[in-house]
Amino acid sequence: MNATLLFVQALNGLQFGLILFLIAAGLTLVFGVMDFINLAHGVQYMVGAYLVAAFSAWTGSFGWALLLALPTALAFGLLLELLIFRHLYDRDHLDQVLATFGIILFLNQGVRFVWGAAPLSVPVPEIFSGSVEIATGLLYPVYRLAIIAAGLAVAGLLYVLVSHTRVGMLVRAGASNAAMVSALGVNIQRLFMVVFGFGAMLAGFAGAMVAPILSVEPGMGDNILILAFVVIVIGGIGSIRGAFLAALLIGLVDTVGRSFAPNLLRLILDPAAASQTGRAIAPMLIYIFMAAVLFFRPSGLFPVKR
Amino acid sequence: MNATIKTLGLAAAFGLAAAPALAQEKLKVGLLLTLSGPSAVLGQHARDGFQLAVKDLGGKLGGRDVEVIVVDDELKPDVAVTKVKGLLERDKVDFVVGPIFSNVAVATHKPIVDAKTFYISVNAGPSNLAGKSCNPYFFATSYQNDQNHEVLGKVAQDRGYKKVYLLAPNYQAGKDALAGFKRHYKGEIVEESYTPLNTLDFQSELAKIASMQPDAMFTFMPGGMGVNLVKQYRAAGLADRIPFLSAFTVDETNLPAQQDAAIGMLSGSNWAPNMDTPENKKFVAAYEAAYNAVPASYAMHAYDAALLIDAALKATGGKTDDKEAVRAAIKKAEFKSLRGDFKFGANGFPVQDFYLVKAAKRSDGKLQTEIAEKVFDDYTDAYAKECTATN
Repeated sequence: MNATLLFVQALNGLQFGLILFLIAAGLTLVFGVMDFINLAHGVQYMVGAYLVAAFSAWTGSFGWALLLALPTALAFGLLLELLIFRHLYDRDHLDQVLATFGIILFLNQGVRFVWGAAPLSVPVPEIFSGSVEIATGLLYPVYRLAIIAAGLAVAGLLYVLVSHTRVGMLVRAGASNAAMVSALGVNIQRLFMVVFGFGAMLAGFAGAMVAPILSVEPGMGDNILILAFVVIVIGGIGSIRGAFLAALLIGLVDTVGRSFAPNLLRLILDPAAASQTGRAIAPMLIYIFMAAVLFFRPSGLFPVKR
Repeated sequence: MNATIKTLGLAAAFGLAAAPALAQEKLKVGLLLTLSGPSAVLGQHARDGFQLAVKDLGGKLGGRDVEVIVVDDELKPDVAVTKVKGLLERDKVDFVVGPIFSNVAVATHKPIVDAKTFYISVNAGPSNLAGKSCNPYFFATSYQNDQNHEVLGKVAQDRGYKKVYLLAPNYQAGKDALAGFKRHYKGEIVEESYTPLNTLDFQSELAKIASMQPDAMFTFMPGGMGVNLVKQYRAAGLADRIPFLSAFTVDETNLPAQQDAAIGMLSGSNWAPNMDTPENKKFVAAYEAAYNAVPASYAMHAYDAALLIDAALKATGGKTDDKEAVRAAIKKAEFKSLRGDFKFGANGFPVQDFYLVKAAKRSDGKLQTEIAEKVFDDYTDAYAKECTATN
């Protein structure tokens, strides 16, 4: 396997990792700060994708669609918080899991009701529609580079927000000890709401960004939710920095592993057995990786200090 | 007072008991289809196709008023079995039409044929039901699962492609698809790649294909997976350099989402919406008018299933009591299939023609598959010879 292919696969891994980060960032904050397990985070990603599909059909422009979808995703997240999640904070984890799982079923059926069961498509925005030739015959779509840029920009923004602003300080404090923050006179309810809405918007943003390259369909958030949980567990629950690094690691391990596991095994096994085992092992790699991390660092790579 | 209530209660009980006796006059057909989940659109095409046929036949099949009972199998074999028992025991249906998915077909096969009810598949054609486990109560208006894949294998072989890259989801149907392709393709397979089911991002596979430079690629990616793969294949600039052969990937259920990215891509099928027969033209126009979508082959199979039941019951004079007579009538049923030539083989599966089809844009801007060339003539599936039941 040559260096160019490795480079391209690393880019793919980076792009996948950044999408995972956008989803995991909200999830880790909600879980870390509020101790609230939100299985419905994946459907917020789906809702983001559907909103962008609907708005881009309406306005005919991806840019406008994105601008409209973000506040709508935020409003939708806040609405869910107000109507449902708020009543679950004091319940135990099982109740939260059951209720948010119910929301998954409800919203998956809901989007099918509104937009139909057939997958929707969102055109790639005109200015990003080309591809760059990385090596002879190896084209890379510009839009995927745009996703990487957008993901890195959001990561930078989050870093500034969380580490250098007052709200960010409160969020970090909340992740360490919510009761103490509340005792010091901070309206923890409002803080929760801000964190929650912001997390929902990030997930919606991730959905909006992938809408042009993936198909927008009911249930699209369910698989990615599991990966997002893997990311926050590896990164350390409540830690944005952990989520960022873990997301990139998972993206790379998954993409590069799937692509090269059969080739690496070929060094020690005969080709038929290598491709057979490689195929079996590749999808397991991220879970093996998670098990290894948890064995050595049970609270993740960057645990929040308590 | 008490007596009045009792009398009323008795009357109600008799009323309930009497109702089914009256309704027995109607022919009952149960549609068992996947109508929820990501693959729901396939079931919707089949349901709409069947109901369109019933409408075109004046709400009657074989001269009898018909009641169509639609149930959703949720693509879960256990749910499907429960729903089938409801159809058989509560509704007492005369025919079960469906399903879309082979795992549902295999799970529901036994309860239906054991109840001596005719089971007419509108898509699923698993190899065991065509071969060793064939049954006189099971018919398909579709195909055996391997056949569409065999079309592409034959085309790849005939066109002299030396190296082919194979890609499929990692589950039974994916493996069967690649096995079907290899039945007629004898060249080199540079890579047989399996992605986890419901993978939506194929970028790393595409990078591999680009670096391996095969003469063609063959894939089976139904539903949303196919939408993504096609769009990403086009975006990666591969579509114009490495021919994209597929089955159940570029069809009318996916084309509305794939849009222009799919144009020119090749697929295998037993039919296409542009098939030039008067019956088919009328069907496609009526379907589009009623459901605002170009029909896929699922709709055609279901439409044909209704025509089949209609023709068979006309031959028996509308009677369904004598199962042997109904079976003989089904086997010989004379109806104008939308696909042209149609007859049943010994295993209850069609002996029919298969075509290479190509995705194209019509003058009204909608996309559909169009027939490029005939690949197999009066083609019998590979498992028919294993079928020993007296069908």
